[in-house]
Amino acid sequence: MSPVDGAGAGNPNLPVDRALTEGRSSDGPSAGIPELHEVDCPTELRERIETLMARYPDRHSASIPALWAVQERYGWCTPEGIRQAAAVMRVTPGYLESVASFYDLLHTEAVGSHRIEVCTNISCWMRGGDELLDAFKAAAGEDEDFFVTGFECLGACDIAPMASIDQRYFGPLEAAEAGVAIEQIKSGAEVLPEKNQARRPLAGDTPNPGGSNA
Amino acid sequence: MPDPRETRVLLEHADDPALRTIDGYRRLVGGYATQERAYRDMEQDEVLKELEDSGLRGRGGAGFSMGKKASFLPRGEMAKYLCCNADESEPGAFKDRELMQRNPHQLIEGIAIAALAADAGHAFIFIRGEYDAQADILDAAVAEAYEAGYLGKNILDCHRDLELVVHRGAGAYICGEETALLDALEGKRGNPRLKPPFPAVQGLYGGPTLINNVETLSNVPRIVAKGADWFKSFGTEQSPGTKVVSISGGVRRPGNYEVELGIPTRELIHGLAGGPLPGREIKAFFPGGSSSPVLTAEEGLDLPYSFEAMAGAGSMLGSGSIIVADDQVSIPHLALRTARFYHHESCGKCTPCREGTNWTVKMLERMVRGEATPIDLDIVSAVQENIIGHCLCVLGDSMAMPVGAMVRKFRPEFEEVMAAAGSPLDHELQAVVQGPAETLGASV
Repeated sequence: MSPVDGAGAGNPNLPVDRALTEGRSSDGPSAGIPELHEVDCPTELRERIETLMARYPDRHSASIPALWAVQERYGWCTPEGIRQAAAVMRVTPGYLESVASFYDLLHTEAVGSHRIEVCTNISCWMRGGDELLDAFKAAAGEDEDFFVTGFECLGACDIAPMASIDQRYFGPLEAAEAGVAIEQIKSGAEVLPEKNQARRPLAGDTPNPGGSNA
Repeated sequence: MPDPRETRVLLEHADDPALRTIDGYRRLVGGYATQERAYRDMEQDEVLKELEDSGLRGRGGAGFSMGKKASFLPRGEMAKYLCCNADESEPGAFKDRELMQRNPHQLIEGIAIAALAADAGHAFIFIRGEYDAQADILDAAVAEAYEAGYLGKNILDCHRDLELVVHRGAGAYICGEETALLDALEGKRGNPRLKPPFPAVQGLYGGPTLINNVETLSNVPRIVAKGADWFKSFGTEQSPGTKVVSISGGVRRPGNYEVELGIPTRELIHGLAGGPLPGREIKAFFPGGSSSPVLTAEEGLDLPYSFEAMAGAGSMLGSGSIIVADDQVSIPHLALRTARFYHHESCGKCTPCREGTNWTVKMLERMVRGEATPIDLDIVSAVQENIIGHCLCVLGDSMAMPVGAMVRKFRPEFEEVMAAAGSPLDHELQAVVQGPAETLGASV
């Protein structure tokens, strides 16, 4: 017995889900794929997504990169942006939306243009991550340019407590530095240069403040 | 100067920013010479044999033999793939970030040689979306490698092609699970797949696929250059080689340290990482990321840091990430923090994980709020038992193992926290006497 038979496809008394018998494909003729002329996709975005699709043996693999491109263009994954990407990729907007809603870094609702993710996972929590998150929230206040959120482990426990500010890592941060960072972003100054993870030496190359007590 | 207790192999010259460029990689460590030799003079089986003989074990968490895994791929004319798992998302792990940031070409050369062993024509580096700076560095390095002829068509005139794409994820812990990674790479939501078939047989786009961690692949060039025996001269018999260990939490010098496997754990935590913060003592630690069962200081500090010793103690080396909890850390709150993470990251596909993580969080919240009774500790333990081994992937197990271990090893502390927070009856009484606002305050 095939799985299709088991699902009741052979029984005339049961309603038949056509997807079970015929398969469901995002390429189907009635799948609701928008046409390019219906969506008014900016040329650069279309070309970018086409370049992305060409990098993969299967164009569907470009869905996350395409959504990144949409988010970069519009600030978040807007319904219209998703429709544009869907038209270029020849998939349904629903398909791309299902992908976008799965991932924490893709936003399906409007967010501020500056994104601050504060790690609240174990190592940062032990060293003041919750207080740092509160400080960033307080410093950003009602300013809609800033999107401040607690986040799961960002992979930088060596600089706990830390935050990712516009996709760059900073730490270890004092709560008071949250306000400094926000002001620096507003004025266009370099953000916390001393705390930029990219400039940090390897742990074993830094002087040992505690000495060995092995 | 690095600490003399370190053994820097993968991190050799990693303090020099020039290592990031192809010129620096060639000049400082003789980079790409091994790929040239492998592509020109070695057969697929020779490379495979060297990797298998080296005993290199996967550095992503499972610790499976890398050479064996590569040998599982079927032979013959078909599209085969290699995926580098750079989705490092395990709380406590940050070693791959350092390896990619400081020595991206070592990884690329490792991928190129591993692709020869797996006979793969297409390779991908699936890097977590949060590692944007590292992905930029990889993009630049991959472009250099194409330019220099180490990637692309007819590499080094050896009639072998390899395309390498840096693919950025978008924030989901589950994509570090190898079959979820494949779904994400195929452009879907990152849900794990049923195994078998294993990716080596049916992986990306349905083709045979070798999936290895960043650190595993970064080891490949030197193993092929210097031989399996050289590699086995480091570490222990069952855990050969060096390991980049991430140490964080309650230590003075958190960071990545490269050591020979088998080094005393005390040397890592007290020596290299500087020991606990002033005036504090180490209570427990996760030896291999947040999904490894915690070891108490007494149990763990005197063990050698190796796959076999950690397994023997009922825990695991995992990704090689030590998170230290000192005497200021409340274990019940640590358990709650751990459980919340897995609850948030559960993809929702399998019921035991989806519901088990949810109820574990709810019960632990009740405990620290003082709304639980001692039997809840037994229920929490039972829930953990019912998750382990019952799902498509090990995300649920990754919560159940550490939370179960915390309840088992620190039961008196849970009972203390519950008692201090008050019993349900106390709260009802307080609510009658003082009104609801004070009750809330009292429970915080």
